[in-house]
Amino acid sequence: MKMNKKILAMLLAGAMLFASACTQKEPVTSSSESAASEAASSEAASSEAASGETDDWASKTGAKTFPAIAKEDLKIGFVYVGPADDGGYSMAHDNGRKSMVEALGLGEDQTMIVENVPETSDCETAIRNLIDQGCNVIFTTSLGHMDWTANVAREFPDVIFEHATGSTTGENMSTYFGRMYEERYLSGIVAGMKTKTNKLGYVAAMPVPEVIRGANAFALGAKSVNPDVTVEVKWLNSWYDPAAEKNLAIDLLNSGCDVIGQHCDTTAPQVAAQEKGAFAVGYNASTLDAAPKAYLTSPIWDWGKYYTAEVQKMIDGTWTSAKVWAEASTGIVYLDKLSDNCEPGTQEAVDAAKAKLDSGELKIFAGPLKDNKGVERVPAGSEMTDEEMWTMPWFVENVVGTALE
Amino acid sequence: MDGLTQLSLFLQVSVQMGTPILFGTLGGILCEKVGHINLGVEGMMLMGAVFGFMASVATGNPAFAVLAAGIAGAFGALIYAVITVSLRGNHTVTGLALTIFGSGVAGLLGKQLTGMAQPEHVIASFAAYSVPGLSKIPVLGEMFFQQSIYVQIAPVCAVLLYLYLNKTYVGLNLRAIGENPGAADASGIKVNLYKYLHIVAGGFLCGMGGAYLSIVFVPHWQDNITAGIGWIAVALVIFSTWNPLKAIGGAYFFGILRGIGYKLQNADMSLFGRQIQISSQLLDMIPYLMTIIVLVLIVQGKRRENQPPHALGNPYFREER
Repeated sequence: MKMNKKILAMLLAGAMLFASACTQKEPVTSSSESAASEAASSEAASSEAASGETDDWASKTGAKTFPAIAKEDLKIGFVYVGPADDGGYSMAHDNGRKSMVEALGLGEDQTMIVENVPETSDCETAIRNLIDQGCNVIFTTSLGHMDWTANVAREFPDVIFEHATGSTTGENMSTYFGRMYEERYLSGIVAGMKTKTNKLGYVAAMPVPEVIRGANAFALGAKSVNPDVTVEVKWLNSWYDPAAEKNLAIDLLNSGCDVIGQHCDTTAPQVAAQEKGAFAVGYNASTLDAAPKAYLTSPIWDWGKYYTAEVQKMIDGTWTSAKVWAEASTGIVYLDKLSDNCEPGTQEAVDAAKAKLDSGELKIFAGPLKDNKGVERVPAGSEMTDEEMWTMPWFVENVVGTALE
Repeated sequence: MDGLTQLSLFLQVSVQMGTPILFGTLGGILCEKVGHINLGVEGMMLMGAVFGFMASVATGNPAFAVLAAGIAGAFGALIYAVITVSLRGNHTVTGLALTIFGSGVAGLLGKQLTGMAQPEHVIASFAAYSVPGLSKIPVLGEMFFQQSIYVQIAPVCAVLLYLYLNKTYVGLNLRAIGENPGAADASGIKVNLYKYLHIVAGGFLCGMGGAYLSIVFVPHWQDNITAGIGWIAVALVIFSTWNPLKAIGGAYFFGILRGIGYKLQNADMSLFGRQIQISSQLLDMIPYLMTIIVLVLIVQGKRRENQPPHALGNPYFREER
C-alpha cells in the first residue's frame, strides 16, 4: 500500500512537470497589476497574429462616432474605488453623477453605482455585472481601474467606456481628468501669502506623478507671491489613513511649518493645524466646519459638468472616444470660497492669477525651471508638454522632499 | 527650535499615536489571560469608534460618549464570548468574523456621519491641558503632562490591570483559568463566568481605544478610522508577553515607530560619509517583524513568566476534563 502511494505521488509529480513544461510555451503573463495591461495587449496581439489581423482598437481612438442613444434607453454604470459618501474623492464623482442625472432629467434607475471596487480583477467583475444588468455606458473612476476597464472595453465594442485619471484609450474608451494643478497653484498663492515662517508643509499620499505635479504647482504658486517660501513634502505611503495623516501633519507643524497643504482624503491635517494654531489648505471638499480657525480654502473637483456634457453627446449621437485633460476654465476643478482666515488681498491675487491662467497668458510649468537638486529641467522660453507633466518625476526648486528621481 | 524641543514634541505625538494601540492591547491581554485568542480587536475598536462618535454628537456629553464606546466594544466581545465560551467555536475564526462584523457595523452606521465633526465642547473637554508643576519637566512633561485626559487614562488603566491580574485573588483565579481551566474548575472557580466577564471587559477597553481616534485624535468621522491599528494591538499583546506594564512601553514604542518614518524623510543622514535613506515601507514593517522576533525568543527562552497562557486558544469542555 505504501509502495503504491509512492508510485502514485511520483506519477503525479511527473504529470505536473510535464504540464508546466507544456505551458511554458505560452507567453508568460504576469499577474501583477501594473503589468496587466501589457499582458492583455500581448495576449490580444498574439491572438490577432494568429488570425492575421492587426490590433487597431487603441489606434482607433476617436475614429468612430457612436450612434445616438435615446435618453430613456441610457443606462449608466459608475465604479468607485471607495464608498460613495467618503467625503472626498469618490463622493465628488457621485455628486457629479447626481447633478448629471438632474441636469439631463434621467430617471432614478438609469444610473447604477458600485462602491468600494478595488483596483484588482474585482473591477473587471464589477464592470461585467453592470453590463449584464443592461448598462450601455460605464464610468470607472480610479487610476488602477484602467487596465480592467480596457479588457472589458475590447470585448464589448458597442458599450461606451470612460475612465478617469488614466492614459489608455480605444475605439470605445475615453480617458478624462481635470487640470487640478491649476487650482493647486492658486491655493499655493493663498498659502504663500499667509505664511509667516516662509515654511509650508505638504501632506502627500503616495509618490506618483499626479501628487508630485500638484505639490510642484502648490510650491510655484506660493513662490509667485513670496519668493522666499519653501514647501516641505512628506509621504504617507497610503491613500487612506486618518490617524497617520494627522501624525504627519503634526510632524510638519512641529518642524516649523505654519501652513499645511494636502493631497490626501481626510480633514485630519486641517484639524492638526488648528490644534497647533496654524493654517491649512484642504482638498476635495469645502471643510470649513472641520477646522474653522485654520481652514483657508480647498481645490475641489466638480465632475458634474463633464458628465453632463459627455452624456449629452451620447444622446445627440456625437460621442467619440478621446483623451480629455480639461482646463480649470471648464469648471471641472475650482477653488473653494476663501475663508476669513486668509490674508487681506489674497482674493485679488488669486483672481489675477486665475484670469491669466484662463487666458493662457500664464503657464505654470514654463521655463526656466530647476529641480530641487539644482538641475535645469525646463529651459527658459519653453514649457512642459502634457506628456511631460503627466509623468513628472521631480520636485521644483523650492520643494524640500524626495520625488521619484 | 532646538533638538530637545523637537524631541519632546515628537514624543508627545508618538504617545498620542500609541494611546489607541495601548487600549486595544490591554483589551487583548485581558481576553487572552482567560485563554481566548481574540483577533476581533480591530472590529471592537471600530464599533467603539462609531458608537462613541454618535453618542457624543447626540448627547454632547463626553463621559457618556466614552461609556457608549466601551459598551459597544463590550457588545462585540459578548457576541464573541457567546460563540467561543458557550458554543465553543473556534477562537481564530470567530475573532476574524468579529473584525469583519465590526468594520461592517461601523461602515454602515458611519454612512450618515461622513464629514460630521465633534461638538466644540466635547473637543474642548478632551483638549490637551498642562498639569501644574509636572508639565514643566523636560521631555516627560510634554509626553504625559501636556496631554488630553484620555491619553493619560491609558497608562493608569494598564497599571490597574497589572495590579488586578497579579496582586489580587480574582486575578490569580483568572490566570489559573488561562493556564488550566480544568484544574480551575475543579477548585471551584466559575470558569465560564470569569471568561464572560473578562472577555467583555476586554471589549470595553478596545471600544475605548477606538473612540479615542474618533472623538479626540481625528474628531471627524472617517470610514475605517482605525486603518489597521487593531492588528498592531494584536501583535503587541504578544510583544508585551501578556504583561500590561510592558504593554505601556510597547504601545508608545510602536507609536514612535509610526511617526519615525515621517521624521526621517528629508532628513540629511550619512553613514561613513555616504548619504543613506531609510525607506518608510521598511519602518512600517518593524512592529510586525519585532513581534515575530519576540515570539521566537519567548518560545526559545522558556522563561515561565513570559509564556503565553497555557490553555490559550483551546475551547474548554467541562465534560472532557
